[in-house]
Amino acid sequence: MARAQHDYDDIPGTFVFDAERSRQGYGINMFCMSLMKDENRKAFKANEAEYLKRFNLTPAQTDAILKRDYNRMLELGGNIYFTAKLGATDGHSFQHLAALMTGSSQQEYAAMMLAGGRSVEGNRTRSGKSKPGNSKSKSKSSAKRK
Amino acid sequence: MARIIAGVGSSHVPAIGAALDNGKTEEPYWKRVFSGFEKSKQWMANTKPDVAIVVYNDHASAFSVEMIPTFALGCAAEFPPADEGWGPRPVPTLKGHPALAAHIAQSVILDEFDLTIVNKMEVDHGLTVPMNLLFGTPKEWPCQVIPLAVNVVMYPPPTGHRCYMLGKAIRKAVESYPEDLKVVIFGTGGLSHQISGPRAGLINSKWDKSFLDNSPRTPRSSRASRTSTTCARPAPRASKW
Repeated sequence: MARAQHDYDDIPGTFVFDAERSRQGYGINMFCMSLMKDENRKAFKANEAEYLKRFNLTPAQTDAILKRDYNRMLELGGNIYFTAKLGATDGHSFQHLAALMTGSSQQEYAAMMLAGGRSVEGNRTRSGKSKPGNSKSKSKSSAKRK
Repeated sequence: MARIIAGVGSSHVPAIGAALDNGKTEEPYWKRVFSGFEKSKQWMANTKPDVAIVVYNDHASAFSVEMIPTFALGCAAEFPPADEGWGPRPVPTLKGHPALAAHIAQSVILDEFDLTIVNKMEVDHGLTVPMNLLFGTPKEWPCQVIPLAVNVVMYPPPTGHRCYMLGKAIRKAVESYPEDLKVVIFGTGGLSHQISGPRAGLINSKWDKSFLDNSPRTPRSSRASRTSTTCARPAPRASKW
């Protein structure tokens, strides 16, 4: 069944971890959770494909994990707090993972963050339908925003 | 009577913990962050609170996808640091305050907040980093801790309004506790930051500043936010105020 569309699917470059993705990605996330134990980290590193058979994963999910395709893992139901444990198991800093997911080098990513981060301008919406101020929030702060 | 003497808002970026654990706090990249906390740390050392209630979010350490509580109150006698993939952080085990925690649980549940009560949990950088920032790196923590983990793993997190009302209920609970205790309450997290996907690194500092300015002055203005209506902008997450 195709994924039901939600308003938050209009956010560019973002996979919102909702109940549907949580159900779909249960195996990915439980695999990542297992990496909190040193013995499991060692078993995984010794034979990755074999270790992954312990979890209920689709071939696409297994492939994304083996290839360390972090965006694909998120798309298939992985959650960043969980997949970050895979990065830690590989000995990578979180900055390394963030750079990978954004398609930039770690130096480029670090430079962007030091310069104030990725601007929200031009990154709010895929369709152009959502504009700041459309929110039902009545807060003064949101009303003031341009 | 117990009373809340201060509120603390702090980041808990895991790299801050790594900088502390690896002795990098004096490096130019980090120095500004740590020196920025000096004044608050000094205030904390002078004030000597008895208990810190730390409202934070768990990063798949205490809770996997097997259980996703919206609000989870730590009522245990102690909370060991979690192994987040690198081995546990070299910080002391945190001592809880089971009696005050149980009192808060009872009080807020009767005020219609259906908390999850947790009698065994490990705590991750979300809690230990702010503790370091405000209390330094002592051999033993100088106060007891009551963790309150707020779900930000799965959409939707509790609304800003719900968190605001829970905060009021916690205050009422603390103030009805008979023992004379100085309590500080922490809220920790980032603001508009995004950490995953191709848009990672997004920061809306204009919005962040307005949220920080408005929260203490007019808290009601910050509480209406609902993530379901905010796809055009980052939503204030529950653990961050």
